[in-house]
Amino acid sequence: MPEQPAEERRHNFDEVPYGYTEELARAEASRCLKCKKPQCVQGCPVAVDIPGFIELIVEGKHADAARAIKRTNSLPAICGRVCPQEEQCEALCVLGKKGEPVAVGRLERFAADWEREHDAVEIPELAPSTGKKVAVVGAGPAGLTVAGDLIKLGHAVTIFEALHKPGGVLAYGIPEFRLPKAIVGAEVDYLKSLGVELEFDTVIGKTISMDELLEEHDSVFIGSGAGLPWFLGIPGENLSGVYSANEYLTRSNLMKAYRDDYDTPIHRGKRVGVVGGGNVAMDSARTALRLGADEVMIVYRRGRVEMPARNEEIHHAEEEGVQFNLLTNPVEVLGDEDGWVRGMKCIRMELGEPDDSGRRRPVPIEGSEFELPLDTAIIAIGNSPNPLIPSSAPGLATGRRGNIVAEEATGATSLKGVFAGGDIVTGAATVIAAMGAGRVAAKHMDRYLADGVWPPEPDPAAPAEGDGTDGA
Amino acid sequence: MAEILSAETIAPETIRMRIHAPKIAAKREAGQFVIIRASEHSERVPLTIADSDVSEGSVTIVFQMVGHSTLELGEMKAGDSVADIVGPLGRATEVEKLGTVVSVGGGIGTAVALPIASAMKAAGNRVVGIIGARSKDLLILEDEMRAAADEILISTDDGSYGHHGFVTDLLQQVIDREKVDVVLAVGPVPMMRAVCKVTLEPGIRTIVSLNPIMVDGTGMCGGCRVTVGGETKFVCVDGPEFDGHQVDFEELVKRQRTYKGIEADDVGRYHRERECRLKDAQTGE
Repeated sequence: MPEQPAEERRHNFDEVPYGYTEELARAEASRCLKCKKPQCVQGCPVAVDIPGFIELIVEGKHADAARAIKRTNSLPAICGRVCPQEEQCEALCVLGKKGEPVAVGRLERFAADWEREHDAVEIPELAPSTGKKVAVVGAGPAGLTVAGDLIKLGHAVTIFEALHKPGGVLAYGIPEFRLPKAIVGAEVDYLKSLGVELEFDTVIGKTISMDELLEEHDSVFIGSGAGLPWFLGIPGENLSGVYSANEYLTRSNLMKAYRDDYDTPIHRGKRVGVVGGGNVAMDSARTALRLGADEVMIVYRRGRVEMPARNEEIHHAEEEGVQFNLLTNPVEVLGDEDGWVRGMKCIRMELGEPDDSGRRRPVPIEGSEFELPLDTAIIAIGNSPNPLIPSSAPGLATGRRGNIVAEEATGATSLKGVFAGGDIVTGAATVIAAMGAGRVAAKHMDRYLADGVWPPEPDPAAPAEGDGTDGA
Repeated sequence: MAEILSAETIAPETIRMRIHAPKIAAKREAGQFVIIRASEHSERVPLTIADSDVSEGSVTIVFQMVGHSTLELGEMKAGDSVADIVGPLGRATEVEKLGTVVSVGGGIGTAVALPIASAMKAAGNRVVGIIGARSKDLLILEDEMRAAADEILISTDDGSYGHHGFVTDLLQQVIDREKVDVVLAVGPVPMMRAVCKVTLEPGIRTIVSLNPIMVDGTGMCGGCRVTVGGETKFVCVDGPEFDGHQVDFEELVKRQRTYKGIEADDVGRYHRERECRLKDAQTGE
């Protein structure tokens, strides 16, 4: 895949991979063996007809390929860019046993981009109006998916978004160089062209109560996400120059602080430490580089193999010059007399027995403390479900971690007519998982809107983990 | 987009603005705030709702033009629209009938203290209002406070009006002469901190309204975090009001200074650009 060279791209916010040309795409698509029992589909959280769309690319029918994907995945331009394919479809590709798997993600991206760039996005025929009104809380991947599915089934859909722009993590979390905001905008424009209404600057639980929402709508989907940042709880974490990754990325991505023509400030540190090993940590580190840092260090308490980030992100970060302090854990953030961060006291770790995540538990090595000089620290260790809605809707059952409890097979919550999906239910996870949950919920909301049966029975035909089509 | 219904200068560099926001007006309670983005390239800034009118569907904000964003907002006129306004955010003031409430407003903080004082009076409390400013021309909302409270006392640092001194002098006088059940203090951090010092020994419950830097205002970024009672709290969702005796003011002041360097550059640039625009307007370019 042709990409911007590392030395160049660490100074700009343009997308890193250029995308396949048509020749490259057809060549890659031709590698597909068209297995009788395609394993790749088993790996996809929404069971996209992978061999089917790849075949269409081979035949040069790129818009059809995009449509084939959209039958199960409503945001392919986004998923092609952000799915951890190496753990999903590509992990199971037969070709991957001896060589490189078929680059499913890049082909998905190619098809979606082709369709958009050639103005070939088809407006499907909508089902006749059902007269039912649906409220979707949150314009993130789960909410956008539910809106897209239900508008096509003839329901009136309004998305209520707390921020001033749509996308959720797609807008504030994932940087421009991984997911251009114009693409998020194009997806939202597509939904608007189908008739979905969006109301921004509306905080459910503050501007409008859940009760009001329920009074004015026949069904509600909550996709408000995992927007509560975790901090380490170590001394010094409130010093100036210490950011949660959410704040750092929101300033850069949503508020465009990386651009001079936007007013939101962001501290452009020269020596930046990022605590964490996931995609958010990689995004924060690579953003810091682009904002002009001389040195950016990942500080992660486990080893390389245990890092949850996508391989491509780790790889890109390494190429761009991000340093990796693995098996290292911060114990204190150190400040100067003005209350600015000046470094972190860290301790070296070694891996012991596995913990309940299945990964080997990191154990501190006594006496190995050392100081890492820094002028900026970004804490990227995870997020919990944002508590605003769970705390403002009595009767809505919630779990220990602040998540909304919802049936996995239907998306139904404890409140009649209210469904939920995505990070607000599972805790921080992937875009594709949120979309899959949105798909499941939409199907059951459609049935509930028709027959009013509560709680809804799981639909056996609804997409579930790994049961795919029979292939080409 | 939300239309500005009126914008008036009520003191040097101090603007009172009414904005059309019917949903916010309908839900708003004393103590809550909004976040405003003046235009596409602007920052999101938190501003307390000083008043609201449900029938008109408007909220009133009072702010000082101190930074780039408030300078930009302050230049907007009736008929213009702000790009975004979201709210009501934060927890409303806990209004209860306690007895005697002293509401202390310093400088622009008076705009925040006013709705709380009104709410406390409506709940049946005796409300003593103390307002202070550096000088007479910086004193705001005197008439409104007079109407909201049972008694008001005024101080100016330079003695140009009322008591020559600080709000804390007047607070001490009130505490010395009558039983006070709760003190509300809103203003610059040194003022809130000083009030808390006065009320600590007599053990009078003191509530402060904090004004850290914010970005989203819904609890998702942690930019507004403060330490209260040794624990980290987010001002946008846990506050903006807290027990003043528990707040780590020193840390708050330091965190508020995070962008001072950048802000100074921005404000300088803003003024230079403004001068250029004024020059162009004069020469008819």
